Amino acid sequence: MSPVQRTTTLMKGNEALAEAALRSDMDAYFGYPITPQSEILEYLIIHGPKRGSVVLQAESEVAAINMVYGAAGAGARVMISSSSPGISLMQEGLSYIASAQIPCLVVNVQRGGPGLGTIQPAQGDYFQATKGGGHGDYRLIVLAPSSVQEMADFVPEGFRLAEKYRNPVMILSDGALGQMMESVQLPEQGSLPKSIPAWATRGKPENRERNIITSLFIDPERMEQVNIELQKKYAAVQSEARAELDRTKDAEIVLVAFGLAARICQKVVDIARERGKSVGLFRPITLYPFPTDILSRTADHAEHFLVVEMNAGQMVEDVRLAVNGRRSVDFTGRMGGIIPTPEEILQKIESLTVSTTDQALQGMP
Amino acid sequence: MTPKERINGYQLVYHRPDTLTDNPTHYCPGCSHGVVHRVMMEVVKEMGIQDRTVGVAPVGCAVFAYNYMNVDMQEAAHGRATAVATGIKRVLPDRYVFTYQGDGDLAAIGTSETIHTVNRGENILIVFINNGVYGMTGGQMAPTTLLGMKTTTSPMGRDVVTMGHPLDITPLIAQLPGALFVTRHSVHTPAAVRKLKKALRLAFEYQPLNKGTCFVEVVSNCPSGWKMTPREANAWMEKNMFTAYPPGDVKLPPPGLN
Ligand SMILES: Cc1ncc(C[n+]2csc(CCOP(=O)(O)OP(=O)(O)O)c2C)c(N)n1
Ligand code: SF4
Repeated sequence: MSPVQRTTTLMKGNEALAEAALRSDMDAYFGYPITPQSEILEYLIIHGPKRGSVVLQAESEVAAINMVYGAAGAGARVMISSSSPGISLMQEGLSYIASAQIPCLVVNVQRGGPGLGTIQPAQGDYFQATKGGGHGDYRLIVLAPSSVQEMADFVPEGFRLAEKYRNPVMILSDGALGQMMESVQLPEQGSLPKSIPAWATRGKPENRERNIITSLFIDPERMEQVNIELQKKYAAVQSEARAELDRTKDAEIVLVAFGLAARICQKVVDIARERGKSVGLFRPITLYPFPTDILSRTADHAEHFLVVEMNAGQMVEDVRLAVNGRRSVDFTGRMGGIIPTPEEILQKIESLTVSTTDQALQGMP
Repeated sequence: MTPKERINGYQLVYHRPDTLTDNPTHYCPGCSHGVVHRVMMEVVKEMGIQDRTVGVAPVGCAVFAYNYMNVDMQEAAHGRATAVATGIKRVLPDRYVFTYQGDGDLAAIGTSETIHTVNRGENILIVFINNGVYGMTGGQMAPTTLLGMKTTTSPMGRDVVTMGHPLDITPLIAQLPGALFVTRHSVHTPAAVRKLKKALRLAFEYQPLNKGTCFVEVVSNCPSGWKMTPREANAWMEKNMFTAYPPGDVKLPPPGLN
């Protein structure tokens, strides 16, 4: 801990994220307006250029992600942000970036879908974020903030991971986290070291071979080698898996939730405990790599898992894989921009405990 | 090269500049691509800017340009070359940045990027190879395919009613205030090659002035896509392509610029 207290400010999630990017010495940002994340572009266009960062409103998300490819390929620290429909448009570009192994930070402030959907917060892009999203076998490293503080903290952390693994990193947020105001401690300016990578396309000096950034490997043998390299990298990335465990040790029922849903589940755990139920919360912080081992250890003692998401049930598939049939895994969620209330979730917990009691009774002679 | 250089008793008068690699190209015999590559890299060599040049080649027959051009390069997705070049140029404003794009790339899938890049006046050079077909994918119709021209996706010839008009994008580009220098050339005769080289030299020289985008179209052949011999292709190009896409300067920089 630094002996100097960092000052605390009250900020919107989107603005805290944007300010954290400038404090992380971001070289360039490319964006396109879309609710509920336009504040990021608006904040950066005011504060970025005078603090040495390129900030450009592109003609589309397709152009923006390809500007990222160019700038990051030239060795710059680059961020891009959008919300669900815009992130869909970026998928081809992200596939190229992942294949060419270029670091960059992508922010998805999710809204409800599918289609044009709604501007209300949702978590319907979990599959898209964690399973690849575009074509081919690749993964993003995905961080899921659940507070304005984490909106800020995950920016330098995202850049660090992206540069360490030469891989795009996504912050998977949502409209509520982007819009809500909370007190936040921002990272110190210049706390994230920066260097120019040797592979960057910045002009070929006489004494080195030309640098080529490409995702084209026409010879299938070579293409397979590149894939093997990527898979090795993703295997190494597994060591970065992180989760937050809240009162899970003695819990009979463990809620599993990320982002905003986890915030609500915290409240649910408080109320359930007051009502004498042993409920805990498992919050994945990295969605890829998914904290499979940590969750599996939790399944050593917890009886039931209830996954709570703001979608039709996406992360629940990864939870089931981690639990691997050893415990029952249930799901509850709301879709289309509706945030589940603590009471709804408590009712679901109630129904679980009732049905398990039923099962226990059925087993009686 | 010193003029005295000799190989087996012969005096060497013409050789590869070290801005080109010695990889044999994959281009079909008689194709314009190789000539344009060479001329561009001669200019880079003569200006001594190899260490400050970054190129972008998108999907198309020239996607492998980085195998031949001995400069730092990025391969781009189909249509996105000028967005990629914008990203590079914005973070490295003192570098010479160019794109090298086919007609399908620049004038169909990438039209939006093309127009907006020039409209922002990005200080880059766009080299536009207009061969009237999709070469790489086997000779399908391109936005620049001429009326009546047969391709694999206009087997009876391009007709206006169902396939629309050939798109002459260069004069449109010239209308944009961000365009500094817009010019159209070819490489089918030595004189044409010399003219193109002059234009490319100017376009590279303008770049550090930060006055806008330079756009150099090369009306080109595609002997394979057109199903002609190289000689037939050049004759056909002169007769037909030049009527629709006449070579010459389309927009010159304001006088006194340099
Ligand atoms: C998104 C996408 N769509 C389609 C393709 C397939 N494709 C590759 S090259 C090409 C056309 C290239 O034609 P042009 O730009 O005119 O260049 P040329 O090959 O004639 O030099 C197409 C359609 C692709 N690679 N990516
Ligand atoms: S297909 Fe056409 S454009 Fe492509 S290399 Fe062959 S001749 Fe050239």
